[in-house]
Formats: sequence, C-alpha cells, structure tokens
Amino acid sequence: MKKSEQVAGNVASYIDDRTGAAGWAKKNLTKVFPDHWSFMLGEIALYSFVILLLSGTFLTFWFDPSQQEVVYNGTYAPLSHVTMSASYASTLHISFDVRGGLLMRQIHHWAALIFMAAIVVHLLRVFFTGAFRKPREANWLIGIGLLTLGIVEGFLGYSLPDDLLSGTGIRIAEAIIQAIPVVGSYLAFFAFGGAFPGHVFIPRIYIVHVLLLPGIFLALITVHLMLVWYQKHTQYPGPGRKETNVVGYPLMPVYMAKAGGFFFIVFGVTAFLGAVASINPIWLYGPYTPGQISAGSQPDWYMGWLDGLVRMAPPLETHAFGHTISWNILIPGLIIPGILFTGMALYPFIESWISGDKNEHHLLDRPRNVPNRTALGAMSLSFMLISLINGGNDVIATHFHLTINGIMWFTRFGLFIVPPIVFIITKRICLSLQRADREIVLHGRETGRLVMTPAGEFLEVHEELTPEQKWTLTQHAQPAALALPSEDAHGTRSKSAGIKGKLRARMSEANASQVAAPTAEQAKELEGGHH
Amino acid sequence: MSKEIDSLSGVERFEDPGLPEHKHRKSDSDAIAANRAERQVAILFLLSALGTVGTIASYIFIDTKKFIYLPILGDTNAAQLALGTGLAASLFFIGIAAVHWAKTLMPDEEVIAERHEFRSSDEDRSDFVKTVKERAGAAGLGRRSLIKRSMGVALGLVGLSPLVLLRDLGPLPKKELSTTNWASGVRLVTDPGGQPIKGTDLEIGSVAQVLPQLPEGTERSLENIGKDAVLLIRIRPEEFNLNAERLSWTYNGIIAFSKICSHMGCAVALYEQQTKHLLCPCHQSTFDVTRAAKVIFGPAARPLPQLAIGVDSEGYLVAKQAFTEPVGPSFWERNSA
Repeated sequence: MKKSEQVAGNVASYIDDRTGAAGWAKKNLTKVFPDHWSFMLGEIALYSFVILLLSGTFLTFWFDPSQQEVVYNGTYAPLSHVTMSASYASTLHISFDVRGGLLMRQIHHWAALIFMAAIVVHLLRVFFTGAFRKPREANWLIGIGLLTLGIVEGFLGYSLPDDLLSGTGIRIAEAIIQAIPVVGSYLAFFAFGGAFPGHVFIPRIYIVHVLLLPGIFLALITVHLMLVWYQKHTQYPGPGRKETNVVGYPLMPVYMAKAGGFFFIVFGVTAFLGAVASINPIWLYGPYTPGQISAGSQPDWYMGWLDGLVRMAPPLETHAFGHTISWNILIPGLIIPGILFTGMALYPFIESWISGDKNEHHLLDRPRNVPNRTALGAMSLSFMLISLINGGNDVIATHFHLTINGIMWFTRFGLFIVPPIVFIITKRICLSLQRADREIVLHGRETGRLVMTPAGEFLEVHEELTPEQKWTLTQHAQPAALALPSEDAHGTRSKSAGIKGKLRARMSEANASQVAAPTAEQAKELEGGHH
Repeated sequence: MSKEIDSLSGVERFEDPGLPEHKHRKSDSDAIAANRAERQVAILFLLSALGTVGTIASYIFIDTKKFIYLPILGDTNAAQLALGTGLAASLFFIGIAAVHWAKTLMPDEEVIAERHEFRSSDEDRSDFVKTVKERAGAAGLGRRSLIKRSMGVALGLVGLSPLVLLRDLGPLPKKELSTTNWASGVRLVTDPGGQPIKGTDLEIGSVAQVLPQLPEGTERSLENIGKDAVLLIRIRPEEFNLNAERLSWTYNGIIAFSKICSHMGCAVALYEQQTKHLLCPCHQSTFDVTRAAKVIFGPAARPLPQLAIGVDSEGYLVAKQAFTEPVGPSFWERNSA
C-alpha cells in the first residue's frame, strides 16, 4: 500500500469512527454528474457568492457605515477638506489608503454584477430546457427568491458608499416607498428615521446587507444545492440517456477537480476585472447632497429595466378626497414587477396545469420542441430588454446621437408591440427547426456534392444521419391535446367547462400543434420509395 | 396553424442506440503523452505560485502613488494593477491546472447511475397518510374546537408584537412632508456660499441654486436641503407665459422653482438655455420654465412648485410667502392637485 493511500484510509476511518458516515459517503463520493457547459452557469453564481463573502468581509474591516458628517483629509486631494458622511469618507479611505482596498472594492462590485448575470442566465437555461418541471418546482421557487433578493442586496450594496450617485438611488427608493397608498409616508419615515435622508438609513441597510440577507442567501443556496444533490441533476437527451438514469462523471475525483478548478477560474477572472476595469469610481461623484445630481445617473444593470419602466411611465396621478395616488410610480415600480415575478414563480404550475403532465422529468427539453414555452420566454426577454434600453436612454441618446424623446416614445410603444411579435416569430422559428429536424432525419444531411447519373440526371448526395443523431432528434415526447369533456357522463356541465376549462383546452391544443417527429416507420417507407 | 401532429402511440419510433463507445485519449495509452500532460499541469500550478510571489512583491515594493501609462487602460495606478493581475494569475492558474488535470489524466469514461422515481410504494404512502391522520387525531384538534379557535387567535396576533416593536424606528411624518423653511420675508442665499443675492446679481439666461436663509446659529441639515433647494432662473420678462398671479410671483424676469423633482425627488439640475426647459436627469421629466414649470415630457405628473419671490427694503431677493403646495414626490396625504 502506498503511503498516500494509507493516509487517505486513516482519514476515512477517523471520520467514520466518529460519524458512521461511511455508507453515505461511499455512495455520494461516486455520485454522477452530467457534463454540459450550460450546467456551469449556476456554478458561476455560487462561486461569485463565495467571492462576494470573501471580498465583502475584507471591506467591512475599514468601512464605517455612518452618516455622521466628517471632514475628509485623506490622500485624494480633490476632496480634501470637504464635509461628507463617514461612510463616504471610509469608502475613499479604502480606495486610496488601504493597499489592495480599491482592488477588493472592484472585485466585490464586479462579483455582484457577475452574480446577478449568472443567476439570470442560469434561470433562462432552466426555463428554456424545462428543468423546472416536476420534481424540481421547489428549486425553481428558491431560484426566483434568490434572484429577487439578489436585486435588493445589490441595490443596498451600491447604496452604502453614500456618494452622489448612490444617494440619488436611495432618494428614488424613498419616493417609491412614499408612493405606497395609505401607509407610504409612515413607512418612509420609519425606514429613514424621519425625513429623507436622515442619519440612520445607511447603518440600517448595512446590517441588512452584511448579515440579514447573506444569512438568508446562505440558507436558500444550501437548500437549493441539497435538492440538486438529492434529486440528481437533469441531463440533455442523447443516446443512452433516459429518464431513469444519469450519465456523467463521478464526483470524486473528476467533478471535485473540475468544479473546484472552476471556482478558481471564476475568482481569477473576477480579480482580473477588478484589476483592470474601473467600476463605480465614487470619488468622481462627490458626497451626497439632495440639492445636486450628476448627469447620466444609472443604476446597476439588473435594476436598469426597473428604472426604464419608471422612465417611460405616463404622467398619471389621481388626486381625490384630499389624497394623491402616484400611478406613475406605483405601476412601473411595484405593480409590473410584482406581476412579472409572481408570473415567473407560478410558471411551472401553470404549464403543468395546461399540459396535464404530472410525470417526473429528468431529461431536458430542446427549446424548439416546446415552441410555446420558448416563445413565451423570448417574449418576456424582449419586454425586459426594451425596458432596459429605456433605462439607459440618456446614455444611448448621447452615444448614438438620438433624442431622448425618440427613444422614450419608441420604447413606450415597443413595450406593447414588440413582445407579441417576438412570440410569433420565435414560435415560427421553433416549428421551422422542428421541420428541419424531420427533414434531415428522413432524408439525411445535404452534402453539397452533386452526382450525375448515367442518364444525365443530377442528384445531390444526402448523407444519412447516425443512429445516435436520429435518436437525439426524435426521442422527445409530443403529447396530444388534452381531451377535456364539456359534459360529464351524467350530462351535467363538468368542471372543465367554463371559461377556465375552455382556456385550458385552447392552450393545451396550442401546445400540441407541432411538427410531428419522424418515426422509424416513415423512414423505412421512404427508403423503399427512393431507391 | 395546421395541426400537424400524429398520434405516436403504437408507432414504431427510432431506437435508442445506447451510450456511444468510449474513445480513449492519447494520455490513456501513451505514457509519453501522459507525462507531458503531467508536466503541463505542474507548469500551470507553478504559474499560480509565481502570481502569488508577484502579488506579495508588488504589495511591498510598488509605491501606491505611482501611475503608469498603458494602451487602452490609459493612466493606471501601478500598485493596483500589479496587485490585481498577480492575484488574478495566482487564482486563475490553479483553476486551469485542476481542470487540465481532470481532463487529461483523470478517468474520462462516462458512467451511468440509475435514477429511481421519488414516489414511494403505495403501501408506504398509505401508511404515511394513516400515520399523519392518526397522530393529528391524537392531538384532538378536530374534536376540540375551542382549542382550535383560541390557537388561531393567539397565532394570528403573535406577529403583531414585532411590528409594534418596530414603531420607534422613526417619528410620524406629521406635516414634515408638506412644509419647508421658506416663509414670507425669508432671504434667498446662494448654495454654496450662503450669501444673500440681489435681483441684479443674476444675468439673463443664468441659473442659480438658492436656499432659505436660516436664523443665526441654526445649522443646515441635508434634510433641509432635500426640501428647501430652489432654482432661480432669469429670462426676459416678456418670454413668460404665466397667468397674472404667477407672473406676480416672479421678480424682474427671475422665476423660482423647487429644485426637488415632483416625480421622485431627484435634483432637477439640467437647464437648457435655448428652449428654457428644465430636465431631471433621473427620469427625464421635462418642465417648461416659461409656463410655470408645466410638465412637457416624461413621467412627472405635476409642475415643479413655484416660489413667490420679491425684494426686501435692501434690495435682496426674498420669498413673498411659503410654498403653496408640498415640494418633492407625491405621498398619500398630499392634498392638492
């Protein structure tokens, strides 16, 4: 026995003597994980979170979350002797007088942007491949929770330095709170400890940012991963991959090395960005004061769509009975985001209600094979994108020499016109791709090689697909529309009639209308005919 | 859309050919290739070590005030750059080494693990349901409705205490959102500077930010500025398009508006001299100065409140009265259109 094997053996028995974990560990160390680049998106989010914890902890050693006024006398000359809050002064201190402080600030901010981007792209992957279906609905909900909290956490984070830009962001958040009917001004006064900006808001959001929300994140991420572990990962369809198996590499050693290595790669890339790409240079903005503002005020990208919606809202307010309701704030700031996030959370349940599908799914969908879902996803994306464009309308206007008014009107109309068009186009593309799949399964791939027959006829040689390719393109189930009787056996109107029932029947029919996957029988028939 | 789907039941489908045969890598059979891979992994790990050495060296030796010029990046702080790239290299190469190791030297044969449906056997499930029913029955909740109801009351109310305990987070708004420090006879003072200004100090076409002069010894807080900030704009008097009352609130072509946006409270700081429009950089609400800050574009629903100004006996600009409506964003108790 080699020395290293002996050591490993000793460690294993040490652990087992004290926990009895040998049985569990044996099983789990050889656990199989399927391999695909898109499964690394969630990993990026996880690793960014770890980077955020590490870099964030570093920052807390110097950051002073206080709105007490101090006079700055650090090394950054342009702000010398300027009165500012202690949080702004300590952020300057971290940036200029702590070696590596600016690097850590930039790593922290970049990691936050990457964290949110990874969550969003991971969510899109899960959505478009149908990974949220039974039994993974709970993990979908946790994911939506993490996304929502991530937006809040990010906003609180960049609000902490109390510079002119972030203070303006807090001002807007205060206006949203204040706009809530009946209790708004009370909530705002409680949150800010009185009139805006007050002296308590930053200390309060600091503890939420570094303790409360990270704690909730940690708990949710733990459950998220435990469920992935317990339910085993989904896999893409392909030869040998079934609903009843999982094909991939064992945790130890391959996945440990790959996933562990990937953590370092993500950290390395984030550190590189922090080294060379300046982000949120707060010293250029100056300390916050409610009477000033910098042009081109932009939130971080994951808030941009919200800001864009607020910007394009029509100027609607109701004044009645001595009260004011600001629809121009409530609709874009609370109502639309509420509808979007609720709809997103409920989507797995809505889809299974329409399809009547109560089976477990471990094989992922190819997006083209579920045209309505794919089209809905593309449509929602286009909605967000148009909102995001309007969130940057001032920057776009100056960069591309357009008028802000033009962009605003384009997005105001576009928000209603573009998404339905995107839905229709995406659905057509999906069906065309299905047709193309059918074509190459039945007739083979066009090789571009022309052959002249002895009779003088020209033919293009078609290359037959391999059995593996044929299987991959035809393995998906194509459920028929639900048969929903409008009357039951006794002649009374059944539950499935009514508007809800009709809606369900219509949607289930729409889902079922697809290009039929070719069968082996059809292939044989063609073979007989062709040759 | 045509219905193109056929029923697939009972139709012969293509067959799953099963997992393709495994193709071995060169390093699996060729000892030289395997040794080369080992050397590559080692080099990558050493590059990481080099990165760490570089990081520590730049921490100690590079002056934090030193800037160097780099293409694309421009003037860059040398210490920050060296520290960051060193750290990035030390992390990145560990990752690349581990992945390369896994890809070239660790087993790359895909394995199949079986899945099992999560659903337990019918027997277990009915046992489970029975147990739950039995245990719940043992508590007697179904029979003892008094306990059920009183428990509902207690659990419903218990959440109130933490809410009540949060009450002292802040004071009640009272009239704070509706009042400012502007009042009849209060002088306009420059911000920054705090100097009173005369009507003649302002050129035609210029803009100034002013605040109310506070009584001697009173400190100006950010909360004050958040409500009191006012923008003075001077144009030619004949350019005003105001009713008689609003015109009487101006002085010698100078008109005063609250600088706090009526939409979400940002500072309305962009003045276009040519068009005489005020623009809020946050959400691009645009106000027409000549028509009492009427909203001509964007999400704001109300004009910026106008402050009535005049001059006192010494010729300094003063407010003739307080704002006639609350400044800043709307709120529920706001009682004017």
